[in-house]
Amino acid sequence: MTLQRTTGRLWLAAFALAAALGLSGCGYNDFQRLDEQTKAAWSEVLNQYQRRADLIPNIVATVKGEANFEQETLTKVVEARAKATSLQVTPETLNNPEAFNKFQKAQGELSGALSRLLVVSENYPNLKANQGFQDLRVQLEGTENRITVARNRYIKAVADYNVLTRQFPSNLTAMMFSYSPKPNFTVQNEAQISTPPAVNFDKPASR
Amino acid sequence: MRRLLACLWLLLVVVATPLRAQDVQPVPPLSGRVIDQTATLTPAQVQALSAKLEGLERDRGSQLVVLMVASTQPEDIAAYAQRVGDTWKIGRRDVGDGLLIVVAKEDRKVRIEVAKALEGAIPDLAARQIITDRITPAFRAGDYAGGLNAAVDRLAARIGTEGLPEPTSRPTAQRNSQGFNLEDMAIFFFVAVPILGAMLTGLLGRKFGSFVTAGVAGGLGWWVTASALVAAGAGLAALVLVGVLGVGSRRGGGGPVIFGGGGGGGWSGGSGGGGGGFSSGGGGDFGGGGASGDW
Repeated sequence: MTLQRTTGRLWLAAFALAAALGLSGCGYNDFQRLDEQTKAAWSEVLNQYQRRADLIPNIVATVKGEANFEQETLTKVVEARAKATSLQVTPETLNNPEAFNKFQKAQGELSGALSRLLVVSENYPNLKANQGFQDLRVQLEGTENRITVARNRYIKAVADYNVLTRQFPSNLTAMMFSYSPKPNFTVQNEAQISTPPAVNFDKPASR
Repeated sequence: MRRLLACLWLLLVVVATPLRAQDVQPVPPLSGRVIDQTATLTPAQVQALSAKLEGLERDRGSQLVVLMVASTQPEDIAAYAQRVGDTWKIGRRDVGDGLLIVVAKEDRKVRIEVAKALEGAIPDLAARQIITDRITPAFRAGDYAGGLNAAVDRLAARIGTEGLPEPTSRPTAQRNSQGFNLEDMAIFFFVAVPILGAMLTGLLGRKFGSFVTAGVAGGLGWWVTASALVAAGAGLAALVLVGVLGVGSRRGGGGPVIFGGGGGGGWSGGSGGGGGGFSSGGGGDFGGGGASGDW
């Protein structure tokens, strides 16, 4: 009787072990790890975007001090920032491609407006000589770099995760626990970038 | 058959070309603290700067590497420096305090890339200021060594005020030490060594087996901690454990093996440490911090 009980226990232990091995073999643990990794990478992206949003009011204030600065450029930056920060971003945004695209578009518009502002500011010698503005510029540049790095890391993390959700046999695990592929960053003006610029040497611009 | 081969070859070429499509500058191997691919600095200047950087690591623990390349095209210098930082991961493993100065001589661009752990000590503005105050004027005058030296001095001063953890006794030989602790060591000794000892003494006889066990233990100790001292200690301890006390040995009887003085852990010393060698601590996480400038 005791022998029977021991063998029963042994079987139970063996079953538990097999189940544990089977789960990890199907990538269950990998899903946990990579899912968490993408979330962390996403938080870093948000963190850096927030950093940029926090810098903008200072830049706007400095530029406003410059008399007769191109008003249109300035208001565009302010509006784009308001739009980007008004979007509610939650962890669920990651699993909602539509919201994700909206977020990406808003941040992209802000990037465009900001770079336009910086280009225009070159035309104002007072701004160029303004140490405060130059410092803000350096900080903005650093933030943009950090955004790029954070986005790259997010792209890589999502790629790893998405491969796992599609590969056999882990795709079965994904189906079972409803892990779906996550959206990734794309270039907004894809068509514009992939068409080569037209170069025309026939008519020199200045004669 | 020939046709098939030709087809296959074509396919291979077609498949392989996209990989080469974006030819970015390769990241050079981390061969020293000062890597000058442009032959701008004289050997004496390289040595002096390396010594200064080594001193910084000895005093503060932070790793700083200067890389001079001809050009970073087609990437901009920030992207290139980021890639280099990601590849090298300089900085102590548990602290991550790495710094990178990249000079692209033909592009006339310079960048100070700061690992996340040092972003507090060297914010972007400070890095930018060091570039405009120290590097740009010197580089304009053609004094590359002077500019780099001055920049390193300023960076070192900033790191000094940061209150980073003290460097360990041998920062140069960090290798890939995962920070061994006594607990691991104890498990290793009281589980792995007796098992190994039992196997080896069974196979090779008690005397020889215990010596081989000691050698293996010493070798492992050296591999894990990169310190010859620890390795010798591990070897000796294993020898005592297996040879003298007979832990794990299947033959209970017999007196302790008499061993000649100081024979323990003989295999461990070897090429350990090696003066002046430099390798990345592997902890630096570069998140895009730092600043660029030109001259």
